[in-house]
Amino acid sequence: MPGLVCTHSHIGQVSGADASGPIQPEVRAYDSINVRDSRIEKARAGGITTANIMPGSGHLLSGQTIYLKLRDGNSVDDLVIHNEDGSIAGGIKMANGTNPRKGAPFPGTRAKSAALVREQYIKAQEYQKKLQAAADDPEKDPPDRNLGLEALVEVLEGKRVVHHHTHRQDDILTVLRLKEEFGFRLVLQHVSEAWKVADEIAAADVPCSIIYLDSPGGKLEARDIDWRNGAELEKRGVVTGFHTDDGVTDSRWFLRSAGFAVRAGMSESGALYGMTMAGALMLDLDERIGSLTAGKDADFIVLSGNPLSVYTRIEQTWVEGEKVFDLSNTQDRLWANGGYGAGTPRTLQLCCYQHLEN
Amino acid sequence: MKFKSTFIYILVILYCIAGSLSANLAVKGETIYTMAGDPITAGVVLIEDGKISKIGTADEVSIPNGWDTLSAAVVTPGLVDAHTTVGLSGMLNQAHDQEQVEKSAPMQPELRAIDAYNGRDELVDWVRNLGVTTVHTGHGPGSLISGQTMVLKTDQKSIGDEVMVPFAMVTGSLGTGGINRDGKKSPGTRAKAIALLRTELIKASEYLTKLETAEEGKEPSRDLRLEALGDVLQGNNPLLLTAHRHQDIGATLRLAEEFGLKLILDGASEAHLMLETIKEADVTVIVHPTMMRAGGDGENMTLEMAAILDREGIPFAIQSGFESYVPKTRVILFEAGMAAAYGLPFEAALSSITIDAARILGVDDRVGSLEVGKDADLALFDGDPFEYVTHCTAVIIDGNVVSDTSR
Repeated sequence: MPGLVCTHSHIGQVSGADASGPIQPEVRAYDSINVRDSRIEKARAGGITTANIMPGSGHLLSGQTIYLKLRDGNSVDDLVIHNEDGSIAGGIKMANGTNPRKGAPFPGTRAKSAALVREQYIKAQEYQKKLQAAADDPEKDPPDRNLGLEALVEVLEGKRVVHHHTHRQDDILTVLRLKEEFGFRLVLQHVSEAWKVADEIAAADVPCSIIYLDSPGGKLEARDIDWRNGAELEKRGVVTGFHTDDGVTDSRWFLRSAGFAVRAGMSESGALYGMTMAGALMLDLDERIGSLTAGKDADFIVLSGNPLSVYTRIEQTWVEGEKVFDLSNTQDRLWANGGYGAGTPRTLQLCCYQHLEN
Repeated sequence: MKFKSTFIYILVILYCIAGSLSANLAVKGETIYTMAGDPITAGVVLIEDGKISKIGTADEVSIPNGWDTLSAAVVTPGLVDAHTTVGLSGMLNQAHDQEQVEKSAPMQPELRAIDAYNGRDELVDWVRNLGVTTVHTGHGPGSLISGQTMVLKTDQKSIGDEVMVPFAMVTGSLGTGGINRDGKKSPGTRAKAIALLRTELIKASEYLTKLETAEEGKEPSRDLRLEALGDVLQGNNPLLLTAHRHQDIGATLRLAEEFGLKLILDGASEAHLMLETIKEADVTVIVHPTMMRAGGDGENMTLEMAAILDREGIPFAIQSGFESYVPKTRVILFEAGMAAAYGLPFEAALSSITIDAARILGVDDRVGSLEVGKDADLALFDGDPFEYVTHCTAVIIDGNVVSDTSR
């Protein structure tokens, strides 16, 4: 089957915004990835070939996310995906609800959270206007460069998708309201209470990336997370994908999410589409990945049996025609099954020692 | 008058409801895993007064006329979670519902699980609806000795006289779980943790000697802490120590040897590095959840750990353990299923969450297998219980159907 697409992951020791403020669009996940993190190896063992690697949810906006192909490589540049214009593919991470709520300058309430975000997007709209005015009229100077506003202009222009962490039904509706006001392109992430507002999500025509957990709770706003989310969204025609949120769940058993979605009423075909093509759509990569179609990237996995069975093992993972995981290989088996050293970062490949000798 | 007749009418209804709860019940299963012999194909379990009265093939056991009957593809004993913290570590994860560890002192064996358990927490419902009928729950990791544990049924809402085992074990953690790395509180290192533990056990041993040898009227005054450790020293209650790193497992075994403790090794994610030592020490392992987070002291965990213990003949059960975030509890059904996917034979996996767990907890005379005379605790499934897409269709505790919603 096609390689799996994880639309929300924290592998690669990714980091994003710091404690200096709640909105930091200038910060790039790109600048923080350690490609030797064993969790990237484990993600390959889990059949994941493409992942949206994001900073955390402790900010209203914690930075730019990065879409990676899990190729073998020694630097993040070996794993990035280039857009047609040469830029590096990624979205932007936003969050609402309780995670970004802390002491000033972070917001203390939900209304304040929304107000801070709106103010920032309004600034970006004005910045965008100035850029446009300067482009239209050679007499006018463009505004000073502002990395954060530049990223938000990409969001306003639809070049950068907002991946929005949100749990509770009222928070989900707040995100939809902001999308309506500013017209950004949106993927709802987690959407724990999607089953309560599935009609509204469907009406807004927004894709959802959901997570499957072994039990509800762990925090107040996730008490009503429900395995029925997949089925309820599918029923209404919402594009529905999945994510690991690794380390919240481990990438090695990502396919479990599809199994539990089916357990709670989602169709098998819908769940497998959710693991692959739905994710590709959410990352604007549907022309390159997500299905086994002539001309698309050769990203695929070889399984020992039914993908929705607990007993099935992923035997091989291929990215762009290269085998990046093979269960019959001793080292790869360590990443897949665990054991001594499975948490240790991958060692340098031989190429680099040769470089040093030169 | 009218009020009185309504009252009588209500009484009659109540009587009927109560009657139906304790009524006789039959359960038919295409496959019944009794965990006391081979599985039965096309089997029947008869339940009377909360106990199993008959079990066998449909040819051997006929269902008397008028009995309520439930049917399922697969029937197993109600699942027994060998170690959890549900009921103490509540679903919301707010300060007010987290009772599994108290940090004011590093060793508090006197903290009783019965004083902390909330049977109405939604996580208890959650695991019960997925087939778990008996839990060994109580104090959790996070301090050197965090307190006591107990064993009870998951339909018990409040603590009364009927707790199966009110004081099961004394539990604690070695390794980072039992150490305060901030440097402000002792123990701050592994060696210090063991030194504190040894000191306290010696104190308890002396306390026992004084109790035994003191002249009447001159006994030492009661000390709850030393009493609880005294129970451990006398072998009345096992010591359940969580240790993941191989050096912590080694320290645990040394401690058991020095004080002659009845020890149960908990977690043990690096047990694969010292199998011979563990075998020689002849200890039982309540192994970590198969899908435990592979980080910190558990970074060298393997999904094959249960399969390895089984292969080596080391007695073990699988636990759901403690989770500090999400999922707020794991479910042994899923953990055993994953162990089965990573090399543990199917029936050994099922055994690790039924009869083997019951045996380790000392409650195998009542639960863990489907045999005549045992408690009628059953879980019903519409397929292989371990498959992601299978549902737990009904759960029975002491003959009462406590869940009939398919999950």
